[in-house]
Amino acid sequence: MSPKLREVAIIGTGMTKFGELWDKSLRELGLAAGLQAIHEANIGSEDIDAMYVGNMSAGVLLQQEHVGALIADYCGLAERHIPTTRVEAASASGGLAFRHAYMSIAGGFYDTVVVGGAEKMTDSSESQTGTSVIAGSDEEWEAFYGATFAALHAMCARGHMDEHGTTREQLSAVAAKNHNHAANNPLAQFPFPMKPEAVTASGLVASPLRMMDCAPSSDGAAALVLCEAERAKELCENPVLISGSGQGSDTIALHDRPKLCHFPAIEHAAAAAFLQAGRKPAEVAVAEVHDNFTISEIMALEGLGFFPHGKAGPATESGETTYGGKVVVNSSGGLKARGHAPGATGIAQAVEITHQLQGRADKRQVDGATLGLCENHGGTAATAVVHLLEVR
Amino acid sequence: MAVPRYWRKLATRYNLIGARCGNCGNHEFPPRDMCGKCRRHSVGKMEPHRFSGKGKLTSYTEVHTAQAGYEDQVPYIVGIIELEEGPRLTTQIVDCSADQVYEGMPVTDTFRKIGEDSDSGIIYYGTKFRPAVPLAEAEEQ
Repeated sequence: MSPKLREVAIIGTGMTKFGELWDKSLRELGLAAGLQAIHEANIGSEDIDAMYVGNMSAGVLLQQEHVGALIADYCGLAERHIPTTRVEAASASGGLAFRHAYMSIAGGFYDTVVVGGAEKMTDSSESQTGTSVIAGSDEEWEAFYGATFAALHAMCARGHMDEHGTTREQLSAVAAKNHNHAANNPLAQFPFPMKPEAVTASGLVASPLRMMDCAPSSDGAAALVLCEAERAKELCENPVLISGSGQGSDTIALHDRPKLCHFPAIEHAAAAAFLQAGRKPAEVAVAEVHDNFTISEIMALEGLGFFPHGKAGPATESGETTYGGKVVVNSSGGLKARGHAPGATGIAQAVEITHQLQGRADKRQVDGATLGLCENHGGTAATAVVHLLEVR
Repeated sequence: MAVPRYWRKLATRYNLIGARCGNCGNHEFPPRDMCGKCRRHSVGKMEPHRFSGKGKLTSYTEVHTAQAGYEDQVPYIVGIIELEEGPRLTTQIVDCSADQVYEGMPVTDTFRKIGEDSDSGIIYYGTKFRPAVPLAEAEEQ
């Protein structure tokens, strides 16, 4: 870390249930999560220097842009005229909002910042929702020809199977494991266990990917209060330090990559975050990674350095990514089972890791966890964001 | 889709017109105003290039759940083609079934309808790819 940067900590968390929340609007979800985080941090509106909001699709699906000002207004902050910024990077919108909020404090612009993510995916028809999701690919040269995100990830999966021997059963093991974790998460969209055989038996979406390989499109919101670390110690008895933050990018179209079975943007983001934190993957006890498709979790775990290329599938199958294994991955249930509300997903990951490090993840608790990781990516990982959180 | 957004892509979508870098010889499809290999040295030197339409299939999937506007076509095959000049592109593979295609399969371009805005809107056309060797012949070999 540059010696000029200040340390930043999380002092408050908030999160709504993820799912089909037909009785809640985007702004109501944003307020609910934000209020919880502010209440937990025990601060008032006069303490908030700025707000960042992650949101992917309000323009396409709700005909509502200008989401930063909207959420801040609905949170009662309009009279304070604080800076508000909406961040968009497809499904990485939340993680990237988190990073910008972090940088704004680390760089000395602000002392206390609220970062939230909110998404409303079920206020429109299924076909409109699909159109908003594929807008994170290359619209003119991928989506135009009938490619879906499942189709693009299906080709990643085929590439991974060819190059590394990853199997259908290993993909199923990812979804089943995440469902089993979600069974202990009351805020999860699908809080029930799942057998790998049920994943394998679900209908084809884009071969070889099946229905139960795919995360849902969910409504939901999550929020954090971030604070400069010295002040955080005064306000909070167990602040969680953001010890590393990294970001990487790649070609917008999958076909322009030399290999379909690796996500280099994740490797670059992870390298930056681990370098800043002075940590190694082997030290991480608990990780939330972006499993929008089962193959994505396998590719993310390899890109993050938890396993060599080709080894994350067998590791998942043999229990290395659940309780008692090498690293507990997606204790929340992940995108697959907690739910995937794109703008909120990257924030929800940080909420889960914060709770794990503070020892208040209830039945999902990973004993003794002091270092956790969040990995959030957009499109076919044309944007990737990695954060390391720790308690000292 | 607004007419100009479709119209300005016609040459590329109908006839595989991409670009060749006059500085380093790299090919780009779709065309770019700046070469991805030699970047600023290419500015002003990118020339239109008509691709041969020959290439090989590098990956594929059979789509069963389509996005809006493509539902009537399911199941259909989406693949990544590597053109013989180098660039890769994503499009549909036609005139064959999913159990007949394979990675490395020689393919050639074919002009097809892609979709339409509505009953009275623009009809989109463009390039799909088909097996370069007729399947019956390929089976005999």
